[in-house]
Amino acid sequence: MLLSLVTFLPLAGALAIILLVGSDRPTIARWAALGVSLATFVISLRLYTGFDLTTAGYQFLEEKPWLPSFGIVYRMGVDGISMPFVLLTTFLTPLCILSSWESVQKRVKEYMVAFLALEAFVVGVFCALDFMLFYIFWEAMLIPMFLIIGVWGGPRRVYAAFKFFLYTLAGSVLMLIAILAMFFKAGTFSIPELMDYPFPVIFQLWAFLAFMASFAVKVPMWPVHTWLPDAHVEAPTAGSVILAGILLKMGAYGFIRFSLPMLPDASRYFLPLIFGLSLVAVVYTALVALMQTDLKKLIAYSSVSHMGFVTIGLFSFNVQGVEGGLLQMINHGIVAGALFLLVGVIYDRLHTREIAKFGGLVHKMPIYALIFMVFTMASVGLPGTNGFIGEFLILLGAFHTNKLVALIAATGVVLGAAYMLWMFKKVVFGEIRNPDVEHHVTDVNGREIAIFIPLLVLVFWIGFYPDPFLQVFHASVENLLMQAAVTKGGALAAALH
Amino acid sequence: MTKPAPILDMNLALMAPEILIGIVAMLLLLLGAWRSAETRRELVGGLALLTLATCLIILWKEGMHWPTSTFNNQYVVDPFSGFMKILMLLATLLPLMISWDYLQQHNLDTPEFFVLTLFALLGGMMMASSGDFISLYLGLELMSLSIYVLAASRRDNALSNEAGLKYFVLGSVASGLLLYGISLLYGVTGSTQFVEIQRFLAGEGLEHSRMVINLGVTLVLAGLSFKVAAAPFHMWAPDVYEGAPTPVTAFMAAMPKVAAFSAFYRVFVEAFAPMHAYWSNVFQLVALLSLAVGAIAAIAQSNLKRMLAYSSIGHVGYILIGLVAGGDMGHQGVLVYLTIYVFMNIGAFGLILMLNKEGIGDNIEDFKGLGHKRPMLALLMAIFMFSMAGIPPLAGFIGKLYIFMAAVKAGYLALAIAGVIFSAIGAFYYIRVVKVIYFDQPREEAFQMPVGAMGGVAVAVCAALVLVWGVFPASLTSTVILTVSTFR
Repeated sequence: MLLSLVTFLPLAGALAIILLVGSDRPTIARWAALGVSLATFVISLRLYTGFDLTTAGYQFLEEKPWLPSFGIVYRMGVDGISMPFVLLTTFLTPLCILSSWESVQKRVKEYMVAFLALEAFVVGVFCALDFMLFYIFWEAMLIPMFLIIGVWGGPRRVYAAFKFFLYTLAGSVLMLIAILAMFFKAGTFSIPELMDYPFPVIFQLWAFLAFMASFAVKVPMWPVHTWLPDAHVEAPTAGSVILAGILLKMGAYGFIRFSLPMLPDASRYFLPLIFGLSLVAVVYTALVALMQTDLKKLIAYSSVSHMGFVTIGLFSFNVQGVEGGLLQMINHGIVAGALFLLVGVIYDRLHTREIAKFGGLVHKMPIYALIFMVFTMASVGLPGTNGFIGEFLILLGAFHTNKLVALIAATGVVLGAAYMLWMFKKVVFGEIRNPDVEHHVTDVNGREIAIFIPLLVLVFWIGFYPDPFLQVFHASVENLLMQAAVTKGGALAAALH
Repeated sequence: MTKPAPILDMNLALMAPEILIGIVAMLLLLLGAWRSAETRRELVGGLALLTLATCLIILWKEGMHWPTSTFNNQYVVDPFSGFMKILMLLATLLPLMISWDYLQQHNLDTPEFFVLTLFALLGGMMMASSGDFISLYLGLELMSLSIYVLAASRRDNALSNEAGLKYFVLGSVASGLLLYGISLLYGVTGSTQFVEIQRFLAGEGLEHSRMVINLGVTLVLAGLSFKVAAAPFHMWAPDVYEGAPTPVTAFMAAMPKVAAFSAFYRVFVEAFAPMHAYWSNVFQLVALLSLAVGAIAAIAQSNLKRMLAYSSIGHVGYILIGLVAGGDMGHQGVLVYLTIYVFMNIGAFGLILMLNKEGIGDNIEDFKGLGHKRPMLALLMAIFMFSMAGIPPLAGFIGKLYIFMAAVKAGYLALAIAGVIFSAIGAFYYIRVVKVIYFDQPREEAFQMPVGAMGGVAVAVCAALVLVWGVFPASLTSTVILTVSTFR
């Protein structure tokens, strides 16, 4: 029952807020949403304390028939790969709600409802062990996110919301067809059973492309990443945090949960494609990030670049690479989330995100500058921060698989340092050029510090002692690599000719 | 089936609901002429609703009726007809409920309105039970003629008159095609009974008449496709949907579709079953065109009723995919999709009716900022729109899932892929409505109108069903599976 509780408690909370809280009582809505999300987080900690590190199997299993005529089962369970993402979601949601405390002033009740619904669906995505159930959560998440961007976003919010919705939907419907085709091949929607089913090679190739249409949009991989900068720039701060922190992880999670173990032959066959696109993402979007004048856009492009690292790691087919990729997903959730929160802090004060309008913030906001610096360094991958561990493991894994890929990817680290440090210097150091900074800017308040402290703790914890996190992954990743090493469809060459 | 037909094969008990509706409709006509104008909505309308509810209870109590026929195979009663009739009754009852206040405000609550609605329903129910082209045609014409008049029932409104006339003229052409096809088939097979036609078509030695049979089947297909507004026989739909009074549009977007799809089943799945390879090709094309028209033409619409007309063309395309795919899963898919379609459509029209004030409320832009002013109504509208777009966890997704599964299972992979692609394109205009409701600023004076109890209940029921079937689809599918399991 634990997983259902974690999944549906936020939804129940959202329902209660719709029905019980009046539109004219925003404070109650805020506290109720915070309470619900904190309760969800506390309950979800049971997943960690009760987790058996020694097994690769699924834990906290639940099964109930849902649509028996199709064999769709309400089947929930987590393993070492999905459990950390459930925790990441339940951990970031209260922070998002806290960060929207003052910045969201219109239609607070609806905002909180949308956020809690989003949390519920995202947790569902990571817990689902039935492919159709997964798809339902995956699609359902579009509704609240569409509304969050469209109602509470910036000036071009309508365009961004539509772009987000249609890109994601177009990708996922192709995945739906692949899921159905798999069902008629294997006779089940059960994810563990599908992992063991020997799909023929040609079938795998098509299914891989269909999955990729969906997951690549979500990751996002180059060249279908263009929705991300728009969505990030227009979304409210907390929306950006959830987008960068969790929604992007869903795409990479899809690759590792479905593509690799279910379609191992196709995964190997398309390895050059994945590596190629990832490298373009790492290098090209890093160069694009260098050119940005909008702070949020810069971080958005850096997200694309970092997620390129993640996909390289996941497809490196060795323990270091995959664990590095998974860890980097968590890291990116923490660091990019924090960076968007930091942008939100100055946006609340100056109502601009243009890098040229800042400068000299360190004089007025010393604590803010310090926090900003830590997360900048974590994003760059300075040793001692979490970013270093993730990038190092990924490069190590990639080096085993393909030295050239590792070499090119490493240039991304350099470029990452270039744009982050350049941005940090422009925003925080130098003279104060904008009179608004002189007059209206105050340092971070207690509520904001309270948001950053848990994130800071994680940055250094993972940076200095990543072992507890890697241990959670370990058994499942080993099992995954075994599944991915299997040749399901006979000799690939024979089938292709 | 070869037993000689008795001379007087007549079992009136099988058609009790139809008889009741027919008698009540005629009584109401008299009553309307008799009573003063003030009491007519309460009395005539009330009696109409009561009759519908009674019929619902009768059919519900009867449950799954063992397949049987009367009037020498002219009239068939089986679980399928029972299911379709219940759906048609609901598709009549709910539109009457949502238009309860609107009818009075717009002086449409004449006895004729209710009488014609009942007659249309009677025709539809006959179609669902028809075992012969003659009874099918009788039902079809009774339904169509009643709806032509209903579409033109706002006599002072030019658009409404145009809608009625257009529907009548084009509908007559379609009926002509249908009749021509029937007579060709009669000429070849020597019968108008579905069982006989099926037996004949399954037989040997048809090479020399293949051409005539194909022509006949195609003409029947065209005539019936017109009734469901499947492309390329859809031209009338947008104009008629827009011009007809909204209560009539709500009714005619739901009930006749159910009736026409039951006719599709009687004719294509039963009578023309041996010709599946032929007509499924034609239907694939029709389905594909309907999907395309429904998804693409709707994007340009600014009138919500017109948009919903195109959207219903698209929905028909999906249902036809299920019909083409066939098999248990395809048939279940058709019934599931049709049921869900009826409720989300009536719900959406119900909200249009509630928010309609003289002149405004038909254009999408009129719904600007509904989310600010009436959050509950906005939420309901969003539910219906997301459901039509096929976003889980709403019922519309279950319908699409069923259809796609049937298509993939039957090997129509290309059709399934076209279906999902058009559903992604179509999502654009549904979420555009959501955008107008939630993202735009409201006008100052907008959305002050009260919500009538009767309409409120009906729309709430529709929304509840859309949600419940989305989250617990087994509650709907189990009934459908039982219904389809008795299919021949």
